[in-house]
Amino acid sequence: MKTTYTLPIGPIHPALKEPVMFEFEIDGEKIVNVDVKAGQVHRGIEWIGTQRNPIQILYLAERICGICNISHPFAYCRAVEYIADVEVPEKAEYIRVIIAELERIHSHILWAGVAAHEVGFDSVLYLSWRLRENVMDLIEYLTGNRVTKAMFTIGGVRRDITKDQYPKIENTIKYYRENMGKLKHVFLDDKTFKLRCRDCGILTKDNALKLCAVGPTTRASGVKKDVRVDQAYSAYGDLDIDYITPDILTGEVKGDVYDRIVVRLLEVEQSLDLIEQCLDRMPTSGNIAVEEKIPKLLATLKKVEGEGIGRHEAPRGEVIHYVKLTGEEHPYTWKVRAPTYNNILPWIPMLLGEQIADIPIVAASTDPCLSCTNRVAIVENGKKNILTGEDLHRLSVEKTRRLMRK
Amino acid sequence: MSFLSLSEWGFKIVIGTLLAAAFGIILGLVFKGIDRKIAAHMQARVGPPIRQPFRDVAKLFIKENIVPENAIPWLFNLAPIVGLIATISILLYLPIGGLNPLFGDKGDLILILYLLIIPSLAMVVGGFASGSPYATVGAQREMIVMMSYEFPLAITIIAIAWRLSSIVGGNVFSLATIVANPLWNNVGLLGFIGLILLLIVLVLVTPGELSKIPFDVPEAETEIAGGLLVEYSGRNLALFYLTDAVKTVVMGSLIIALFFPYNLSPLLGLNGYLASTVDILFYLLKLFIVIIFSVTLIRVGVARLKIDQVVYTYWIPLTLVGLIGLVLLMMDARAFIPLGW
Repeated sequence: MKTTYTLPIGPIHPALKEPVMFEFEIDGEKIVNVDVKAGQVHRGIEWIGTQRNPIQILYLAERICGICNISHPFAYCRAVEYIADVEVPEKAEYIRVIIAELERIHSHILWAGVAAHEVGFDSVLYLSWRLRENVMDLIEYLTGNRVTKAMFTIGGVRRDITKDQYPKIENTIKYYRENMGKLKHVFLDDKTFKLRCRDCGILTKDNALKLCAVGPTTRASGVKKDVRVDQAYSAYGDLDIDYITPDILTGEVKGDVYDRIVVRLLEVEQSLDLIEQCLDRMPTSGNIAVEEKIPKLLATLKKVEGEGIGRHEAPRGEVIHYVKLTGEEHPYTWKVRAPTYNNILPWIPMLLGEQIADIPIVAASTDPCLSCTNRVAIVENGKKNILTGEDLHRLSVEKTRRLMRK
Repeated sequence: MSFLSLSEWGFKIVIGTLLAAAFGIILGLVFKGIDRKIAAHMQARVGPPIRQPFRDVAKLFIKENIVPENAIPWLFNLAPIVGLIATISILLYLPIGGLNPLFGDKGDLILILYLLIIPSLAMVVGGFASGSPYATVGAQREMIVMMSYEFPLAITIIAIAWRLSSIVGGNVFSLATIVANPLWNNVGLLGFIGLILLLIVLVLVTPGELSKIPFDVPEAETEIAGGLLVEYSGRNLALFYLTDAVKTVVMGSLIIALFFPYNLSPLLGLNGYLASTVDILFYLLKLFIVIIFSVTLIRVGVARLKIDQVVYTYWIPLTLVGLIGLVLLMMDARAFIPLGW
């Protein structure tokens, strides 16, 4: 007799903020087996990108994801700047870091609210999202927009942060210094939160390394991996920054949902530090972009040839953009690898053996962003196909050869 | 019984039942609105207007009623009706304000205990009949939650009835007896502490009975998308919504009847219509306070528990607290330590 039953979660389900499909094999309340099927939000962004010029892609990259709308342009700019051999002015590097860290603050607090909602603690959702408003206001004040900020351009940034804007930034930092204690107290000391998050959805250090998890997900398992430290790009090299692992606060690494909350909350505080350091060290004068006239910049970019990779530590982990320019108007290839792509497989060891009730919080604990991730959907004769490992390997070898020939 | 008195009696039953149903539904929806508004303010939101639940029900009644393909239609449609009827019938046994219940002399607490199970059972039947995996999981969870809270609930009621039996004679499970002899006036120090413990148990059983956070596992929105109710829509969903609203009033009234049966009118020396009005207003105030403490405050203050944690909470800590209360009441009957008053 079959004692298990299948429980589909998704593609549309209240536990998921974006479409993804889980197929669970459940025994009573326990998860016996799980299969993840992504690909429901494929929008063909990379293909659209190869029909545009490098400047237009900048705006497209910004719209890959609503929350990581700085991370994608950041990585893309770094890739193109590498190809065109552009040196970004020092001041622009600092502004980039400030904006990227502001994005991390708002993304992590937004995530904290979602996590609270997933365990049914709606009061904390409202509390955290109210705290988040302050940084959103600051972002709007600095960039003119709350969401798609349009701050980045190849070889710099588009808006300056002037001395008279410092007080507002400092006010926000002060506001968060005062209020992060409250948020930490709610998330880390509340009894029901601990009941739901401690020892739930464990990702061991071994698995985290094997499955190449990135960002807070891997750091919560004790793997010291952070592009900002490892590769010290942009202004991060000048700043005092270190890996955030949960043992800083709790003294031990368990790799459960609770640890992932700890890491994210600590990273918000780290970001506040980084912004303060940037304000201290940022030159007060100087260019913010190598070339402010966009047609002129575009003309230069149309002539360059070569390939480049841009990496950036997005709030969810490492984002990689690969660009190949061939001296034509449109890039030959534009490839995006979002952090969630790496964090899909770690879901499986996290979910196995847990209960149905753990699905929402464990799924949310990697902070999945599926719009960033979904690149491919194979549709043949109106039917969706699944490619096996060998198929994918063959296709990627073919693609690499094609890229190398050009 | 002559024909006249029989027809008069029948008339009283029909009118009384209709009045009780209208009273329960309207009051339930008003309190639902108040609960939502207060919860919203506690969460720093504006919240919906207090009449929002009425609008919700009105809207649901004009919506299409979809029966899923896998469902067993007659069972699927019957469950909400049975649930609502059972819940309203409890109101006929509960004293409201200074008014005596319609069937006050016929039923007792044991009957109410059984009647309280029926709406939950109806939801379980409806959930299993919907033929959806989410509803099935929800129905299984509802059964487990039911089994969990029944025990502490039974302990509370038995403890009170037992203590009462050492004071007065007659049917101690009858609500009329319980209301007429508030225990607080008749117990000593140990009994007082015991009663407080039992009150805490009953207040914590209420969110389980009503499927509210932290015990809302059968409906857990983010996990199983509404669980039991996932396939329900239109009229059927409205009936379940009303069941929930009336059940809130029932649980509130039960706590009031067991622990706070006091009325204002004897204190103020009133009688006649004025006394009834004052008593009903006072009852509404008590109901408001009880619902705020047992539903609203708890549900904004904690996260949802997992099903094993729910069972643990009810079976170990709450049962223990209930048993301690029971033992204290027993000791109180043996060795009476008088209170200050």
